[in-house]
Amino acid sequence: MTASIAISAVRKSYVSRGREILALDRVDLDIAEGEFVAFVGPSGCGKSTLMNMIAGILSTEEGRITHEGKPVNGINRNVGYMTQQDAVLPWRTVAENVALPLRFHGMGAAARAARVTEMLAAVGLEGFGRSFPAELSGGMRKRVALAQLLAYEPRTLLMDEPFGALDAQLKLVMQEQLLAIWRARRQTVVFVTHDLAEAVTLAQRVVVFSGRPGRIKQIETVALPEERDVFRVRFLPEFEVAYTRLWEALAPEIQRGAAA
Amino acid sequence: MSGAADEAAAIGGPARTARVAAAEQAAGRRRWAIIVLRVLVGVGFIWLWHHASGNWVDTMLISSPEAVGLRLWHWTLDGTLWSNLSVTLYATAWGFAIGCVIGFSLGLLFGRYTLVAEVFDPYITAIYSIPKIALAPLFIIWFGIGIESKVAVSAAIVFFVIFLNTYTGVREVNPLYVNVTRIMGGSEADVLRHVIVPSAASWVITGLKVSVPYALVGTVIGEFMSSNRGIGFLINQATGLFNIASVYAGIIVLAVVGAVINTALKHIEAHVLRWQR
Ligand SMILES: Nc1ncnc2c1ncn2[C@@H]1O[C@H](COP(=O)(O)OP(=O)(O)O)[C@@H](O)[C@H]1O
Ligand SMILES: [Mg+2]
Repeated sequence: MTASIAISAVRKSYVSRGREILALDRVDLDIAEGEFVAFVGPSGCGKSTLMNMIAGILSTEEGRITHEGKPVNGINRNVGYMTQQDAVLPWRTVAENVALPLRFHGMGAAARAARVTEMLAAVGLEGFGRSFPAELSGGMRKRVALAQLLAYEPRTLLMDEPFGALDAQLKLVMQEQLLAIWRARRQTVVFVTHDLAEAVTLAQRVVVFSGRPGRIKQIETVALPEERDVFRVRFLPEFEVAYTRLWEALAPEIQRGAAA
Repeated sequence: MSGAADEAAAIGGPARTARVAAAEQAAGRRRWAIIVLRVLVGVGFIWLWHHASGNWVDTMLISSPEAVGLRLWHWTLDGTLWSNLSVTLYATAWGFAIGCVIGFSLGLLFGRYTLVAEVFDPYITAIYSIPKIALAPLFIIWFGIGIESKVAVSAAIVFFVIFLNTYTGVREVNPLYVNVTRIMGGSEADVLRHVIVPSAASWVITGLKVSVPYALVGTVIGEFMSSNRGIGFLINQATGLFNIASVYAGIIVLAVVGAVINTALKHIEAHVLRWQR
């Protein structure tokens, strides 16, 4: 397997109000093509920063990131990115938002409409195509963003806490959908979450970041089969092993953050 | 999908229930009540005006509704109204259009290129603080007493309002939307069309609403200063002749025109900004 995303010796700091905040330091990670990787870590450890650098929104300060063999330099149009903050355009309807990337990639109007209907059904938003985002709840807007991301089939998916705003049951349903799509299409997925159980349920590898400055503290390969049932996987012994080991790595980082 | 169903129910979903019908009925009744009250206020005002003129106040100062109505009637019949109004409207429309196009384009440009904006900022502020009316004599020297000088005055006024509003609107665009649209495959033209223009639209429309009356004012001021046609000319001429009914007739025509244009803009605004709740 070749690396889809190669991150080597990346460092990033922010300068704001005369102070330098080191967000990420010495991050090395290779993500294989078709791999599903989850990032976990205390909040503020630089997960979103790293995602923004893979997407080319931010530049690295030191080190380099390559995607599909090319160094990321400026906006990376070969990834699909579901950002942590709401990025659905408020002045476009739900259907228009989902259709936007299809349109940018030259899909015809009829094919677009069919695809939009299909994707809205997949995320449980049938009948909301003509609503504006302001008329939806936060969780519904997240699902619009998900439908938009999956509709145009980018080969690499960057997802920053995509299911954070959903209730527990709906979250499971969405996880199931995402896994089914991933098994069928084999995209490379980088999935940020603060929910350790979600990380173990979905990912093949889970990367634990330390508290600020974010460094990779541990990488855990999840010994679960790819054919997983998200509703039952948590009762398997492999789940418990991975969860416990990850929690042992993560807990001190979270406590350190809480004490600071 | 219980979560989705709950959410759909919570915001009302697509269903038209009895509640929806009742709410629409209540809103309709309120609209009618407001229309009736507005008419009553208008009638009351005319009645008051009628009683005041000649009794409490000299007709030389406030004329009377009958005299003004009669004058408007004559103007309509003999074509005076339309031949002068059309000149004023024509100059206003051109001034408005020219000011909008230049103001909008430069506003976009300056909003996208911060360096340009920062360099020019003190000059723009300085020019902005000049009362544009003060430019009217200058424009008359440059463009003559014909329609061109009136177009120039109203274009100058409209330009600044639209320029500053567009500029502010573009600067307020959330960069997240721009980046995400690019990552999805959007070109710079797509970003402009799907992100920057719609995002700046509420600012631009506010600018339009503010500048329409200004465009009219600019034209009329130009007509006051020197011209031989237009509503401003009519008012000015009547003032010279102490023909007070004609002065009021001219003012009323301007008020009606301003109100009609503003109502149209309100409807456009409601449509363009329908996504804001
Ligand atoms: N634009 C910015 N300016 C200054 N500091 C920032 C900025 N964005 C993020 N940070 C800081 O960088 C650190 C990492 O942020 P972020 O990547 O959002 O963390 P995470 O996604 O893991 O919660 C945080 O401490 C945050 O305060
Ligand atoms: Mg984050």
